Amino acid sequence: MIDSASLLMVAPELVLTVGALVLLMVAAYAGDRMAKVVSWMSIATLVAAGLTLLGLPGHGGDAFEGLYRADAFAAYAKVLIYAAAAASIVVAPRFFAPTAANASGALRAEYPILILLACIGMGMMVSAGDMMTLYVGLELNSLAAYVLASFMRQDTRSAEAGLKYFVLGALASGILLYGISLLYGFSGSTSFDGIAVAMGDKLSNGLLFGMVFVLAGLAFKISAVPFHMWTPDVYEGAPTPVTTFFASAPKVAAMGLTVRVAIEALGPGGMAWQQIVIFVALASILFGGVAAIGQTNIKRLLAYSSINNVGFALIGLAAGTPAGVAATMSYMTIYVVMTIGSFFCIIQMRDRDGNPIETIASLAGLSQSRKGLAAALAIFMFSLAGIPPLFGFWAKFLVFDAAVGAGLLGLAAFGIAASVIGAFYYLKIIKTMYFDEPAAEYATGTPIIENTVIALCAAVIVFGYLLNPVLDSASAAAAAALF
Amino acid sequence: MIHVLAFYLFATVVIASGAMTIFSRNPVHSVLWLILAFFNAAGLMILLGAEFIAMLLVIVYVGAVAVLFMFVVMMLDIDFAELRAGFVNYLPFGLAIAVILLAEIVLGVGIWSAGPVELAQRAAPATADVSNIQAIGALLYTRYIFLFEAAGLVLLVAMVGAIVLTHRARGGVRGQNIDKQNRRRPQDAVRNVNQPVGQGVEL
Repeated sequence: MIDSASLLMVAPELVLTVGALVLLMVAAYAGDRMAKVVSWMSIATLVAAGLTLLGLPGHGGDAFEGLYRADAFAAYAKVLIYAAAAASIVVAPRFFAPTAANASGALRAEYPILILLACIGMGMMVSAGDMMTLYVGLELNSLAAYVLASFMRQDTRSAEAGLKYFVLGALASGILLYGISLLYGFSGSTSFDGIAVAMGDKLSNGLLFGMVFVLAGLAFKISAVPFHMWTPDVYEGAPTPVTTFFASAPKVAAMGLTVRVAIEALGPGGMAWQQIVIFVALASILFGGVAAIGQTNIKRLLAYSSINNVGFALIGLAAGTPAGVAATMSYMTIYVVMTIGSFFCIIQMRDRDGNPIETIASLAGLSQSRKGLAAALAIFMFSLAGIPPLFGFWAKFLVFDAAVGAGLLGLAAFGIAASVIGAFYYLKIIKTMYFDEPAAEYATGTPIIENTVIALCAAVIVFGYLLNPVLDSASAAAAAALF
Repeated sequence: MIHVLAFYLFATVVIASGAMTIFSRNPVHSVLWLILAFFNAAGLMILLGAEFIAMLLVIVYVGAVAVLFMFVVMMLDIDFAELRAGFVNYLPFGLAIAVILLAEIVLGVGIWSAGPVELAQRAAPATADVSNIQAIGALLYTRYIFLFEAAGLVLLVAMVGAIVLTHRARGGVRGQNIDKQNRRRPQDAVRNVNQPVGQGVEL
């Protein structure tokens, strides 16, 4: 039944939906001339949706008879998602601006609108209390993502990325649906609570198979090994602002969803999923580290870096404790800040004609031509490598601490050892920037907004420990909502 | 008894035609096998008393697959003369499939009139006096309204996406401006000229 309390609890989604529909009309009638206005209006919509989280959507409980959960965990993830989405809208106009090579290029008004629609899907994902909400949210997000990946349709690499993402994403959705139908068939319910009751009762083979399939489908969405194969190609081919989006917001949403499914729906099954998560985490850390070493394209490298980081975040989930979940959410927060910062730096990599460059070799000598940019990128790389005293170290420390707290000493030890592999390629970028013979200089002239975002991200990474009281209490409250 | 018979017939044909979908070397054959698999899955649904889902399977899947079939036929380089050449060879096989389908339709009607099977464990038992479509409608627009609306958004994204990826503004197209047409008055468009005889018309 539609009751007003339920409607109030889905306020973020309602605000985003109304905003997206209105802006779609603006875009349809005014065309791409209004693209910048639509972009800023989209950001305002995201802010408005974020503000509603202060009210009932942040702590309201179940809405629509358990289909939707408005709790602290969902609110935490949504704040991250909306912020990351806003960042990927901010970065777009300059990237799509006309250049010498591509004079007809311009930001199209559908870009921010598709991101808004994807945000509705992601909000549903992190608020899901039922397998059906999970699936509809996931599809809403994925479908928008497929379109965004091939947004520069004249570019063959972008079209290829979209097609690859679509085909593999459809396969993963099929696997996920198969798992959901098994869970439904053997538990008699699609709600997380109902599945949890059935799993606590007796873990039958059918439930076990369903769980494995569901986790496989979700592992695809967070691009964890062995379901990561789409990530480098899609990240490389998609336009850089879209890659920024892929590497941040949907990752948070899919990770939040995985945590919620694992704890709320599959949790009572005696942590049967724990060994799966441990394997996926270890494989992601190792593969993400080793495969990144030979990369020459910076977007591909960051794709492997995201696989690597997802592995670390999963260590917190593997612990399965409130501290572990809090650590995972903190990790994703810090990861999003580092990723957005790095991608904002990468978007500045343009040759004299304004064409984007993506090779790592072109970064050589950046420390002489663009001191600020080189310093910022160095900070992000040091932080991604987990080198203290930067904030990336704190993220890794939290997940390892949670793993040790849950008695997973071996996992923590392996993670620490494997983070050295990751450090190698992050440091290689810094070495290229600071010690190699200078390559051709990049185009100068950067808008204030992008530099502000980079400076802000760098400041968070350097002085992040000042935020610790806020981050700790927020992530602890989020984790407490699941247990 | 008829239920058991029907179940094994439908289930066997679903699995067999599913396997043939994969193993056929000719894509057209694959699609045909797939249609057969869907028909039999619909039969299984009727066995369970889910007549609405059975109809959906036939209408949506078989209909959609028929369209897919058209695409396959259009896009692949298939020599139709060669396909027709084997008509007599394939006739017995085609007749066999036709007989199976006929038997299945008879069985389907039979189990439908015999009533659905009673499953030992059913999460949501079907009430006898409400038809499937009424039950789904009553839930879809009340309890699941949130998901229903969200599914609508998925379709909207699909539409926006299709337009974003394929639409291009073409020059030289004379679009219709209805407002301009309506504002046009006879005095703007019609002119009375008292034309002298033997002279050309000035336009």
